[in-house]
Amino acid sequence: MSTLVLLLFTGLGLGALYFLVAAGLSLIYGLMGVLNFAHGAFLTLGAFTGWEIARRTGGDNWWTFLLSLLVGAVAGALFAAFTEFVLIRRLYQRHIEQVLVTVGLSLAAVALFDGIWGTDPVFIQGPAWFKETTDILGARIPNDRFICIIAAVLVLLALVFFLKNTRYGMIIRAGVENRSMVTALGIDVRKAFTLVFTIGGAAAGLGGVLASHYFGYVSPLLGGSLLIFAFIVTVIGGLGSLTGAAVAAVAVAVLQQFANFYLGGTGDFVVVLALALVLLFRPSGLLGRTS
Amino acid sequence: MTTETDATETQDAHGATGGTPAGSRRRAANRGAAEGTHDGGRAPLRLTRGKVVGAAVGIAGVVLLILLPLLNLSLPGVLPGPTYTPGSLQLLAMCMLMAAAALTYHLLLGVAGLLSFGHALYFGAGVYGLAIILQNLDIPLLPAMGLTLLVVIVLAHVVGSISLKVSGIPFAMVTLAFAQAGSVVVGRNPEGITGGDEGLTLRTNNLPDFLVGVANTRNLYWLALAVLVAVFVIVTWVQSSRAGHVAAAVRENELRVRVLGLQPYLVKLLIFVVSAVLVCIIGMVFLLLQSGAVPRAVSADLTITLLVMVVLGGVGSRWGAVIGGVFYTILDQRLTTLANSDAIDALPEILRIPLSEPLFILGTLFILVVLFLPGGLTGAAQRLARRRTRRGGDRVQKSREILEEAA
Repeated sequence: MSTLVLLLFTGLGLGALYFLVAAGLSLIYGLMGVLNFAHGAFLTLGAFTGWEIARRTGGDNWWTFLLSLLVGAVAGALFAAFTEFVLIRRLYQRHIEQVLVTVGLSLAAVALFDGIWGTDPVFIQGPAWFKETTDILGARIPNDRFICIIAAVLVLLALVFFLKNTRYGMIIRAGVENRSMVTALGIDVRKAFTLVFTIGGAAAGLGGVLASHYFGYVSPLLGGSLLIFAFIVTVIGGLGSLTGAAVAAVAVAVLQQFANFYLGGTGDFVVVLALALVLLFRPSGLLGRTS
Repeated sequence: MTTETDATETQDAHGATGGTPAGSRRRAANRGAAEGTHDGGRAPLRLTRGKVVGAAVGIAGVVLLILLPLLNLSLPGVLPGPTYTPGSLQLLAMCMLMAAAALTYHLLLGVAGLLSFGHALYFGAGVYGLAIILQNLDIPLLPAMGLTLLVVIVLAHVVGSISLKVSGIPFAMVTLAFAQAGSVVVGRNPEGITGGDEGLTLRTNNLPDFLVGVANTRNLYWLALAVLVAVFVIVTWVQSSRAGHVAAAVRENELRVRVLGLQPYLVKLLIFVVSAVLVCIIGMVFLLLQSGAVPRAVSADLTITLLVMVVLGGVGSRWGAVIGGVFYTILDQRLTTLANSDAIDALPEILRIPLSEPLFILGTLFILVVLFLPGGLTGAAQRLARRRTRRGGDRVQKSREILEEAA
């Protein structure tokens, strides 16, 4: 029982990270049709800037941690907004070329991070509480899992609130549904493009800081490894669906943890197998629109 | 059916992409002739002056490459030494293998409009499959290669038939996921079979003597050249076969092909498998050349490298893929040498860090090409030629269209 609970919470923590990456990816793809390969770079930048701040302010207390979360999110958001404004916008409506540009950007960015921070993983320190565990039903669960889960839930709630209740949120939702109609109504969708990129970048940056605490280190390859699972999550959840991303993130991560434990480290295969099954029986994903 | 006409058409394309005004004029003049033969079914081989010159240039180029290990030419700045030295031959052989791999990627993206992010899976399957078989079974090279090929054919059918359920961007993501699974297997090192991060060293016991050792690098060079020429011919043949035409038609308008009663799914699967098999063969030769398998051979990075080569050279052009492959490989090698040089070390940090990362420069170059040079190097060459003669092809337009259609 305690193993089960432990696996469940570890899976939820990992799912939270997947969701933070996949939410932005899914929204960006839904609205703009861009597959953003640079999303991993946003995450890595967030992780590194968060770590730099924590290191320079010199404490492993809560304030430093909260500050690093904020700085990581801002760094991710700025990088993402820059990407959209300088690179993506020039290639409006040419989806494959937009993908190619993000591929180039992720190559260049990861190489630059290599140059600045080195290729070796940097091990990090969080508040002391992270090292402790909490007993739930006899399972000793590392506390950083809770932080990841809480942050992801807050991001999900904030995004849902934003999409449902604000003017720009409605424009984004309408744009995902039918972009040409929104344009025809005289609304400039391009502002919404920059906005989803910024939001996606902020979520990824936040995810970066959390991921560095979850895994215990920062490395230039951090983003790339999470990005691939985030891709799988977005396809399984249905491209463009935020709820789909949330559900799929949790399902994929929990499945992965359980398979890793009970089926001898085959978590990654089980996930790819799940992807294949979803594609065979529901090509548009769990909550995607059927085209 | 139209194979014999198209074999010469490629030679013509060589002239056209070379950037000479004469080349583009030839191309414009010949396009009509080539199209005529396609429509008319079996048509007599028409020899025009352009085609003869193009074929002669192509053959002369191959002959020069064959003779290169016997010559003492120096290309300072490009090759590490004179052309007969093993170092230079190794680099040239690598260029040719990468060019051949880019050609197989061209078959996917440029012909069938499939943006795959999992091509490295089949390259890696060739590299690791052959390495593992040679390591564990006591069989000669050719049967081992056949066995590897068999595995890859099955693998490509399974992965292809699943991932072709979706198209466009989802296809890219799904192929990436499958390739990642392969990459994970190699990294996990099940029962010590793949060597994990360190990779495998090629076991040479069952290899023929003329392929082993630094002194025999020139044999490997000739082998790589043979692979490149063979892949070029096969890709040309597939592209101009009925299946190739259907694949191109599917790329342009899938619905219409379906209305005509043809099956887009099967044609796309065929192209996918052919391309996987070819890149697997290239992977096997790569293993012999590098005398070892490294995890990078099956990583997503390799696929992206191939994609970058194809786009750099010009999407939709066979010669573009070849030029992109050679250009990228040499540039990568040169930039790595540059990164470790004293001149870079002496620079202030703000310049030193970006310049000492070859991938940063290549990534930036790639972004610039996508933004400002649609049609890649061959497209730019053709545009230059057109500016001079006010005539010529439409490579840039064609590249753009292919990318649109892949979405």
